[in-house]
Amino acid sequence: MPEKIKNSESEDFKTEEIIVNMGPQHPSTHGVLRLILTLDGEVVKDCEVVIGYLHRGVEKLCEQRDYRQNIVYTDRLDYVASMSNNLAYVLAVEKLLGVEIPERAEYIRVICAELQRIASHLLWLGTHAMDIGAVTVFLYCFREREDILDLFEMLSGARLTYNYIHIGGVAADLPDGFVEKAKKFLDTFPAHIDEYEQLLSKNRMWLDRTVDIGVISGEDAIDLGLSGPSLRGSGVKWDVRKAEPYSIYDRFDFKVPIGSKGDTYDRYIVRLEEMRQSVKIVKDALSQIPDGEIMAKVPRIIKPPEGEVYRSIEAPKGELGFYIVSDGSDKPYRVKIRPPSFVNLESFKKMVQGHLVADVIAIIGTLDIVLGEVDR
Amino acid sequence: MDNDGIAKRLAEKFGDAIESAPAHRDLESELTFIVKTNKIVEVCDYLKKEEKFNFLSDLCGVHYPDRDKKFEVVYHLFSIERKKRVRLKVRLGMGESVPSVTGVWATADWHERECYDMLGINFTGHPNLKRILLTDDFQGHPLRKDFPYRSEDA
Repeated sequence: MPEKIKNSESEDFKTEEIIVNMGPQHPSTHGVLRLILTLDGEVVKDCEVVIGYLHRGVEKLCEQRDYRQNIVYTDRLDYVASMSNNLAYVLAVEKLLGVEIPERAEYIRVICAELQRIASHLLWLGTHAMDIGAVTVFLYCFREREDILDLFEMLSGARLTYNYIHIGGVAADLPDGFVEKAKKFLDTFPAHIDEYEQLLSKNRMWLDRTVDIGVISGEDAIDLGLSGPSLRGSGVKWDVRKAEPYSIYDRFDFKVPIGSKGDTYDRYIVRLEEMRQSVKIVKDALSQIPDGEIMAKVPRIIKPPEGEVYRSIEAPKGELGFYIVSDGSDKPYRVKIRPPSFVNLESFKKMVQGHLVADVIAIIGTLDIVLGEVDR
Repeated sequence: MDNDGIAKRLAEKFGDAIESAPAHRDLESELTFIVKTNKIVEVCDYLKKEEKFNFLSDLCGVHYPDRDKKFEVVYHLFSIERKKRVRLKVRLGMGESVPSVTGVWATADWHERECYDMLGINFTGHPNLKRILLTDDFQGHPLRKDFPYRSEDA
């Protein structure tokens, strides 16, 4: 080897870690999320997650409005699952008040929450698949999601921010034609889930991009506070609907699917199966729903007694909790939101280490975060 | 309310470092204990290892400007195995800090950063205590009651 080239290899050609900035505006971060990646070649050595770009001070605002007015703020947390947010907040206030909810309203709430879970999972599947490179699935998922949004529009007049579940019940009764339309959707939807599975579950490229990517053990997942499908993918069987049944979930028979390895593929399978279980719950609820009132007798001005409660629900993304402190006035003294996306995003750093840059996108997708909820 | 004796076992183990607080409407899911600041890590560790409260659901702070001890840090623990919840509270005066529980649960990292960001509570032993939702040059801590909520009031 000539002297000159030898020198350039040993002295001039140095390898060092480089720092790459990804976001805050990047199409695959699903919002304004910034990642500072430390790379060794193509391998991610370390990662710093920078959040807060969408911080609107919701908790502070909640202290200035009365209990009813705050429902509209919850719509704007996880804005692709507003029904679930409404439900979590309202349940916490009702726990503080100690009111009984009419049967019919409970059923309507369960129907809404489960349809919302399907809609949220569809949005997740569509965008996750598109990030990885499967555009067809995105179009299929949004086609079905549209049916659910139409149903919610019939209920509340809105397609994203519903403000439908109120303290004491729900805002309006099911309109004419709702039950028929919902039943029609539920009859056709399971075949569509099979369709997504046909496109993905045995697809060589999908397997290459998801199997053994972002593996996290059950123990680590609990330590990092993961919840929802992201935790169940690691084999931990904890679902708030089963563990601390709220509303009337104890009346429905459904399974809690879990994964084994805790990789991106397991979390995908868990969410698909959850959609099937949700279909079952909504079908049962529609066949059992009684006639009657949709609103309990609650005072016009809500003044809960002094005290504090914590109530959480199984939102599509994980444990969504509200800690409310009341000082006896018509405004909450303190509202703390426990958002699943914020806590789940914390484990991103651990999941991404040692993977390739291309997998960063798959791992953001598998955590199913919504920045409105992360930043509040 | 406390039907499996957590309160009793905690009292035996920690004596006057821990006291029971009344729960809202006597609900079992609202079981609350007030812990002395310097014992919080020990109590958390005990609850996690011996009582199986393995999941830290939430950690947050509340500002009570009219009280002697102006801040409360509230820990919401959950046991996946026993399906039970426990709430712990630490009371702090202005300028006092509380030991970090990041050594017990890794998830406490971001929660404590948020609490510091919003209320200015210091967590000693936290590996990376800096603002998380607001920018580094932000002045003040917005969830304190004396922080104006509209810019006209500032």
